[in-house]
Amino acid sequence: MTTYHVNAKHLLCPMPVIKLQEQIASAQVGDVVELMCTDAGSLHDVPAWCRVHQHTVLSMDTQDSLMVFRIQVNADF
Amino acid sequence: MSSSQKKAVALISGGLDSMLAARCMQEQNIHVEGLNFYTGFCVEGHTHAIRKKDQKKSKRNNALWVAEQVGFKLHIIDVIEEYKSVLLNPSHGYGANMNPCLDCKSFMVKKAVQWMQQNDFDFIITGEVIGQRPMSQRKDTMPVIAQESGANDLLLRPLCALNLPPTLPEREGWVSRDHLYGFNGRSRKPQIALAAQYGFEEYAQPAGGCCFLTDASYSSKLTDLWANRGVRDYEIDDIMLLKVGRHIRPTKHYKLIIAREEGEANFLSGYKKQFTHLFTTSHPGPLVLVDGELHEEDLQQAARIVARFSQGRDADSVDVRIANCPNRADGDYAVAPLAAQDIPQDWYI
Repeated sequence: MTTYHVNAKHLLCPMPVIKLQEQIASAQVGDVVELMCTDAGSLHDVPAWCRVHQHTVLSMDTQDSLMVFRIQVNADF
Repeated sequence: MSSSQKKAVALISGGLDSMLAARCMQEQNIHVEGLNFYTGFCVEGHTHAIRKKDQKKSKRNNALWVAEQVGFKLHIIDVIEEYKSVLLNPSHGYGANMNPCLDCKSFMVKKAVQWMQQNDFDFIITGEVIGQRPMSQRKDTMPVIAQESGANDLLLRPLCALNLPPTLPEREGWVSRDHLYGFNGRSRKPQIALAAQYGFEEYAQPAGGCCFLTDASYSSKLTDLWANRGVRDYEIDDIMLLKVGRHIRPTKHYKLIIAREEGEANFLSGYKKQFTHLFTTSHPGPLVLVDGELHEEDLQQAARIVARFSQGRDADSVDVRIANCPNRADGDYAVAPLAAQDIPQDWYI
C-alpha cells in the first residue's frame, strides 16, 4: 500500500478535487491519498466526490484554514 | 451495469437542465456518467469562498452536488490551457460580452467525444433547450455544434429532442423518442414541472449563467488587461485576480487591485510574493496589489490612492508602505489621501 501526498493549498474550487482525481487515477486499490487544501469549498466537495466515486474518506482534520483529508482508494466500479 | 446497457456521457453544468437530461436517460435504463469542464471562468463556490460577505452562501460545487443527487459519477476536467484558444480566437465571435458561447459549446462537446471514445461510451447528452440561450442554444446553431464537435448524430439533447431530427441513439432504439421532450424557449416552467415529476425539490438556478465571461464588468476588466499589456493572452492568476477587488488604472503601465473587505485581502495576500503591494501603516486599510510596473514618478500617486481607500481618507497624512517593488527597497511614504473627486471615473475598470 502506498500513501500519496497531494498539495492543493491555495488552490480554489474545483482544483483540489481535480488534483485528487488525477492522483487517484494512477493509484491502486488500497492506496491512501493525503490531500492538503485551504479552499473552504473542499469541506463539501472532497467528501462529495469520494461518495460519488465510492472512495473512503478515512479522516478529515482541520487546523485554521488548512484541511487534511486521508482518502482510501477503492475499486472504481 | 449489464454488458448490454448503453452508456451516455453527460455534460454537467450544475444547473437544472443538465440534471434533468441525465435523469431522463437513467429513466430509460441508460448508464450515465458526467463531465464538468473547468475553464477558469466558471462561477462556482470559489468566488463565494473569497468574499467574507458571501461566506454564508453554499460553497458546494453544483456539478458535484447534481451528480450525487441524481446518482452518477462525475469527472471534472481541467481545460484551462486548451480553453485559451477558444476564448482568444472564437470562430463564431463573442456574445454580448466576452462570452464565446458557440465555440465554447462546440469545444466542450468535442472534449466529450474524445472522452466517450477513450472510455467506450456510446453517445453524448446535454441539457440544451432550443431558444434557451441567444447564441449557442438556437435551432440553427445546434447542428453547428454537433458538426463542429464531431459528435454528429451521437449528440442527443433529451429536453428538446422532439424539435430536432432523430439521433442515432433514437434510431437504433437505445432510447425511446416517445419518452424525450420538446421544450423550447426561455420559459423555465416545463423544466420545473419535470423536476417536480422526478422529485427534485432543490436545484441551482444561477442568475446570468455560470460563466464570468457573460458578465459585463468582468469582460471589461479582461479587455483592459489585454489592451494595456499589448497582448491577448492570460495566465490562470490573471483571470482569478479579475474576479477580486476594485480595479483602478491611473496609467497604461500599472493598475491597482484594491481589496474591498477582509476576505478579499486574505485572498490577495496569497499573491504578495509575486506582486508589488501597498498597505497603510498609520491607519487600517486595504491590501493593494500592483499589476504592472510602478515607476518612480508613480509612487506618490499610487500611495495617495491607497490612502484614499483606507480609514485615514479624511486625515491630513497617511503612512503607506510600498513593498516588493523590483529594484527598490521597501519604503514608507507619508501622503495626503486623494479626494474622491481626484480619482477620475474612467480610472475605475
